[in-house]
Amino acid sequence: MSLTESIIPDDRVDKLTNEEISRYSRHLLLPQIGLDGQEKLKAAKVLIVGTGGLGAPLALYLAAAGVGTLGIVDFDVVEESNLQRQIIHSTRDIDRPKVASAADRIKSLNPEVKVITHNTRLTSENALEIIEDYDIVADGTDNYQTRYLVNDACVLLGKPNVYGSIFQFEGQASVFYAKEGPCYRCLYPSPPPPGLVPSCSEGGVLGVLPGIVGTIQANEVIKLIVGGGNSLIGRLLLFDAWEMKFRELKLDKDPGCPICGKKPTIHELIDYEQFCGLKPDHEEEPVETIEAKELKQRLDAGDKIQIIDIREPHERAISPFAGAKPIPLGQMTRRIGEFDDTEDAVFLCKVGQRSVFAIRALQEAGYKGKLLNLKDGVNAWARDVDNSLPQY
Amino acid sequence: MAKVLIPTALRAFTDGSSEVEGAGKTAGEVITAVTESYPEIQKHLFDEEGKLRSYVNVFIGDENIRNLGGLDAPVHEGDVVTLVPAIAGGRP
Ligand SMILES: [Zn+2]
Repeated sequence: MSLTESIIPDDRVDKLTNEEISRYSRHLLLPQIGLDGQEKLKAAKVLIVGTGGLGAPLALYLAAAGVGTLGIVDFDVVEESNLQRQIIHSTRDIDRPKVASAADRIKSLNPEVKVITHNTRLTSENALEIIEDYDIVADGTDNYQTRYLVNDACVLLGKPNVYGSIFQFEGQASVFYAKEGPCYRCLYPSPPPPGLVPSCSEGGVLGVLPGIVGTIQANEVIKLIVGGGNSLIGRLLLFDAWEMKFRELKLDKDPGCPICGKKPTIHELIDYEQFCGLKPDHEEEPVETIEAKELKQRLDAGDKIQIIDIREPHERAISPFAGAKPIPLGQMTRRIGEFDDTEDAVFLCKVGQRSVFAIRALQEAGYKGKLLNLKDGVNAWARDVDNSLPQY
Repeated sequence: MAKVLIPTALRAFTDGSSEVEGAGKTAGEVITAVTESYPEIQKHLFDEEGKLRSYVNVFIGDENIRNLGGLDAPVHEGDVVTLVPAIAGGRP
């Protein structure tokens, strides 16, 4: 499926100035863009949700391309560990709001671009109001609840949602535009339970991967604006940077989709934290935790404790935990026989999120001994007990 | 035999393999064969009732099995089965 019409109405278009003609001459020389296309770019308003790994190339390329108005939404500040991939921010921007840092960079690249900063988290309360003013939304967020929120708001407002997401070496891209094809919910009716898929902060991500995927998104945004070409509507592009393979899959609209199907049941924005299982489920027993300092005291007192490091070998090497027995998460239930259920067992990972899943897996497998989660993981141990270890 | 492509997010459960083999005449049989070789992946693909999880899509070639009869979709010798889970990217 492809869309050939520009989504920018002709009556919003203004002529280019001579300065603009010089600046964008390499676009004007392309018959597929030309003066008409560049005028459409100038008239276009694009909202970029998230100014992280995907948002960085999106914002830079769209600004360079002459998109007239760029909105950027983020509530975060620049952290040192962002700089490995979020190339719109610089070392001197550490601790600044991401939208401020991004706006400065966009302005220095192309002063003609109107930048609207939304220094806030996108929520069910503000999403429709913010998105309404834009022609296209580019989703560069990093969590499921915002992805469903962006999807639903775009479907309700009839806007195209240019989608990209990344994990480790792998990316996905598509254009969800319910008027013309499927939406995000048609592909994924509901999200995985929290923590099942590790986040980039736990799972890692190749720095250039969001550069590639975000640039693909920018390409799709430009085609929607100028019209023509073959868009990713109805197609899911999979990219594996390690294998260096692109694969393309067909996506169809799901007639049973709760928001864009034949009989929609969602007519307004919902509570996405609840939808994504981020509010505690009362049926589920909380996992017992232990603080790093308390673990240290118990070990010093000579308590017999089984300490289980659920990290893979390459990750253990970053900040090794002396005396822990390594059992990677993927092998936990298979190795249930190696535990002694008369002794407390403490589970650890980087920040104490994946280790919860190890505990749940053992509980489900019928393990009866006491299971404790090291609160905030090895990073807490490095912070509170052993300062010689790095936090990562 | 069908080739089953394992996405990065699920490779922790296939001892790191990005491609595994599964024998079977339907999508369901092929995936079940994979879960027999790698039991830890089972609960990430199927729910308690044995239904495919809604955040995992299965494609044979470039077609979603939803359009081919679901888990009963026929798999032919040499077909490539791709598992496509939702990924969010970034922080939790
Ligand atoms: Zn839909």
